[in-house]
Amino acid sequence: MRPHTLLFTAAAAVASLGFAGAATAQETLAQVKERGHLNCQVGLPTPGFYGLSDDGTWSGIDVDICRAVSAAIFGDPDQIEYQSVTSAVRFTSLANGESDMLSRTTTWTAVRDTQLGLEFTGVNFYDGQGFLVPVDSGITSVMELDGATVCVLTGTTTELNLADFFRANGMEFEPVTNENVNVIVEQYLGGGCDAYTNDKSGLAARRSAFPDPSAHVILPETISKEPLGPVVRQGDQNWGDIVRWTLNGMIEADELGITSENVDEMMNSDNPTVKRILGVEGNIGEGLGLDPDFMVSVLKNVGNYGEIYERNVGADTAIGIARDGTLNAQWTEGGILYAPPFR
Amino acid sequence: MLALPRSSRRAGGLIGWLNNAHVRAILYQVLTAAAIVLLGWYLVHNTVANLDARGMSVGFGFLDASAGFGISFTLIPYQEGDTYSRVFLVGIANTLLVAIISIILATVLGLIIGLARLSDNWLIRTLSRTYIEILRNTPLLLQIIAWFFGVFNLLPRPRDSLSWLDVFALNNRGFYMPAPLPGPGFEFVIAAFVLAVAFAVGLKRWAHRRQDATGQIFPALPVGFAAIVFVPLAVFWVLGAPLAWEMPELRGFNYQGGLSVPPSFCALVVALSVYTSCFIAENVRSGIQSVSKGQHEAAASLNLKPSWTMRLIILPQALRVIIPPTISQYLNVTKNSSLAIAIGFPDLVSVWMNTSLNQSGQAIPIVAMTMAFYCAASLTVSLIMNQYNRRVMLKER
Repeated sequence: MRPHTLLFTAAAAVASLGFAGAATAQETLAQVKERGHLNCQVGLPTPGFYGLSDDGTWSGIDVDICRAVSAAIFGDPDQIEYQSVTSAVRFTSLANGESDMLSRTTTWTAVRDTQLGLEFTGVNFYDGQGFLVPVDSGITSVMELDGATVCVLTGTTTELNLADFFRANGMEFEPVTNENVNVIVEQYLGGGCDAYTNDKSGLAARRSAFPDPSAHVILPETISKEPLGPVVRQGDQNWGDIVRWTLNGMIEADELGITSENVDEMMNSDNPTVKRILGVEGNIGEGLGLDPDFMVSVLKNVGNYGEIYERNVGADTAIGIARDGTLNAQWTEGGILYAPPFR
Repeated sequence: MLALPRSSRRAGGLIGWLNNAHVRAILYQVLTAAAIVLLGWYLVHNTVANLDARGMSVGFGFLDASAGFGISFTLIPYQEGDTYSRVFLVGIANTLLVAIISIILATVLGLIIGLARLSDNWLIRTLSRTYIEILRNTPLLLQIIAWFFGVFNLLPRPRDSLSWLDVFALNNRGFYMPAPLPGPGFEFVIAAFVLAVAFAVGLKRWAHRRQDATGQIFPALPVGFAAIVFVPLAVFWVLGAPLAWEMPELRGFNYQGGLSVPPSFCALVVALSVYTSCFIAENVRSGIQSVSKGQHEAAASLNLKPSWTMRLIILPQALRVIIPPTISQYLNVTKNSSLAIAIGFPDLVSVWMNTSLNQSGQAIPIVAMTMAFYCAASLTVSLIMNQYNRRVMLKER
């Protein structure tokens, strides 16, 4: 290559880089509408939260958040391309624009919220970290785990809580880590570690898929707070508001008793709160850049919070986490689920 | 200082100056260099500005923050409260440990297999060929996972460990061996060892010179070897055996005390050495076959012992062919060790580019530091090996 040809190539490269930088400023909602589908990031298949059925459809309480957002935007809950990635790359994948949102049992923490360019839009499951051990190990308390080998997913808050907990209690442990939850579970089942630690809901979900679920027990102690919820990229507040208020709407509908079945009758309700949430009165939907009745579409197609909870992780499912009396019950029923008013 | 050629002075003015090929070449080079610097500056500036716009913090400040996660296997001391920079060092130490052990094992194994490949015995020849063809033609990642899940994860649990003389133990949590605890005076043993090695090297040189001068042969190799083994041993006994061993003992969940390596380490080292040994074996075979048959025949007609033929005639010539491709195999081992991430061995990529990157979110500095390490390590290995290669190269006189 002659010198000046090289020079022009370099100049052209610089110019093209300049163009590449300009495309990202566009609003996420407009991008999603133009694309015709929502890119929703979930994790590696986990029953109850983001499970994958034999025919390739996704379901779960986290998947239903994606479906609700899709229903709010398109009036159709299935205009979604699911992206199943390991937890190690979840934030990178969201930050660089591959995913529009993630909904995958992700814990809301200060560092993630402030330093990683993320915006947490609420909580769809209040969880806490626990330990799963084989019944025949005879272990009944976390405090008996001194010196144990513990399987843990790397790159998670769980990994940090684990170290904190053992340090705080002056106990020793040896971590066995991997970024792939399937590898970790395989190692636990093979006896490669004495205990497997994760959010308790995740433990229950995984255990439900074990060959013999009754041979494993979740220890009673909860060693951390794990508020799990959907996350969007920082910098597009309207997009964050759409995800936030879709979730809040589902929680509010649960409180008001609006379900997928009675939503049509409720349109005629005299209750002004019900009227506002269903878009009969007020203009909350327009403020978000959506149709006024976006919550009608969400509730009809996906259901309220109580419905998605019972359907995916409730007492009657294989996961079997009864909602009554847990943190995930409504504030009126002893839980801490409390949506800000829809007005 | 650039002296203007005479022709341009004659033509005069800027145009004439630019018409000078010499001046123009320099001008283009300066412009190109400036463009490259500008491009680099633009890339860095653009990245920083974009990260800033997205509210992502940048810089190396996180290195002093506490990492807060546990690491299952550390060669250098590490606690959960240590900083990210410590994690970086832990990762480097683990990577180097895997690379060095795998390189040594792969070389020994490769040499044996390569020579077996040339054996006159049909069975040995065919077995080694099958070994090479199967292991060389399947992906390394697959082999690592197969060793891990197919062998080391299926070992018995700690209570039913495979134990050898109650000294070594193997179970699905790792391989356990006694740890040496040097007592007072042990440094004299080490000093004796160093002296014995120096003596052996000196002896070899002396024997070589004497042989050149008088033709008499002195068995320098066995004598030197005996000195290296027996002199430190004698010092060791005279001082009253100042070395204790800390034995691994089954306590609570698992073996405690002694030295131990996790199953992921065993799987990684075995897979890397076995895989790489195939390539080294083929290098060895091609090297030996590259020495013409006439050399064998000449040596035989001089009635040289077969071991001498190999050591003094074949190997020095074969090494010229063997070493350059073997350098690249050593580099490959170092880089392939990053596949450890699949089975969770805490090497640099696993603890630094995966765990630390995730926990701190500092993708760009972390990836840059990882790349810098691998680049530096590879360049160092090739520098050392190139020095060695220069020594065994054909000397043209």
